[in-house]
Amino acid sequence: MKSARRYSTEALVIRQLDYAEADRILTIYTPGRGKFSVIAKGVRRARSRRSGHLDLFTRVRLDLAAARNLDVVTQADAIERFLFLGEDVTALTYAHYCAEILDAFVPESNHPSSELYAATLETLRRLGRRERDIAVRAFEMLLLDRSGYRPQLHSCLGCGKEIVPEKNYFSPALGGVICGDCMYQDPASVEISVPALKILRNLQTRPQEVLRLNRVEAALQGEMERRLHDYVVYHLERRPKSSRVLESLRTAPAIPA
Amino acid sequence: MNESSSRPRSIDRAVTELARLPGIGPKTAQRLTYHLLRSSGDQVLVLAEALRNLKEGVVTCSVCFNMSDRNPCHICESPDRDHAVICVVENLLDLVAIERTARFRGVYHVLHGAISPMDGIGPDELRIRELVQRAKDTSATEVILATNPNLEGDATATYIARLFEGSDIAVTRLARGLPVGGDLEYADEVTLGNALAGRSSA
Repeated sequence: MKSARRYSTEALVIRQLDYAEADRILTIYTPGRGKFSVIAKGVRRARSRRSGHLDLFTRVRLDLAAARNLDVVTQADAIERFLFLGEDVTALTYAHYCAEILDAFVPESNHPSSELYAATLETLRRLGRRERDIAVRAFEMLLLDRSGYRPQLHSCLGCGKEIVPEKNYFSPALGGVICGDCMYQDPASVEISVPALKILRNLQTRPQEVLRLNRVEAALQGEMERRLHDYVVYHLERRPKSSRVLESLRTAPAIPA
Repeated sequence: MNESSSRPRSIDRAVTELARLPGIGPKTAQRLTYHLLRSSGDQVLVLAEALRNLKEGVVTCSVCFNMSDRNPCHICESPDRDHAVICVVENLLDLVAIERTARFRGVYHVLHGAISPMDGIGPDELRIRELVQRAKDTSATEVILATNPNLEGDATATYIARLFEGSDIAVTRLARGLPVGGDLEYADEVTLGNALAGRSSA
């Protein structure tokens, strides 16, 4: 019998798809090998030894056997879980959103980034705390940056002049900020306030500081969320499914029994 | 697809349609198609007939959203069942699994999924509103949340439990612990912890 090539890696499960009788195809994100899919056999059976270690958003140590198509999970040992996500639908939706855009922006395999991996985990941890909105903005910024979509926030994309703190516009199509004089270049651009622009810039240059401060008023949070959402939608060419759910969670009136 | 251009269109069509089924990839679809081609005409017609009648003969129960040949379904109509105890499951197959235990005499409510935002499924996409309304209208005494023991199932259960807060209806969850025939040493710490917390007197 040909001996299969075996290897082990740390991974975060970012997507699951039921397959065949009791198998599951997992999309995992790893620090050293980037994003790829593996198959976990028999894990949907209650008696599976691995299923408890392979839930969505589990940080796990995996032993894998290389196979022709999908590598096969031979052992799994959970390192870190985000169980609070099961108790808070909004936090879960934020986590799904991060996983969905990570999956969409990062190409399959050979795109290792231990920095983005660590940032993903850190973002998940922060979802259990108060500063989760700004944590998701920081994640979006880093993800856009590392996948080649870093928005230009310092000089005008129309005339190249340095952006000054007055009326500026945000243009997903042009890839960042344009000044008032160049606004005509993208009629779909939307005005961006000076404080929102400032925080977004800081998220590019010194995210840790912004995350430590974490006192951002709700209106600003909303503005940044909408601008980055527009940006993500423009470059993905579709609206993330999880952001639709998030919107309905926010608008739907609670239905008391 | 180059290889497909040389074969009859009817075969291609069968392969494509079969490949849409869950758990069936293009290779399996092809194998099934060629198997059907080789089998007797009667057998293929019986299958076609079964598929044709599938949708016509089955309706969704307007009370619990189970699939049945009548509406309301057998379980919702049955006088032998306790209509004040509603067991909430994600899918039809979960209902079948619980029925197989023969230990549950209440009625069901099928959500048709669990909250999974990245698949576009939020609370509005599930039969949650209907559950709350039904529990209220039928003066249920207990709602058993039998969603899957994973993140999505937990989030769904928590969401539903919140909606019943402050009502007189008892909301319970299935116990979780060690499976029959399992090995303690292979259990993950969450399962083992739950088993320990929910231990019963021997």
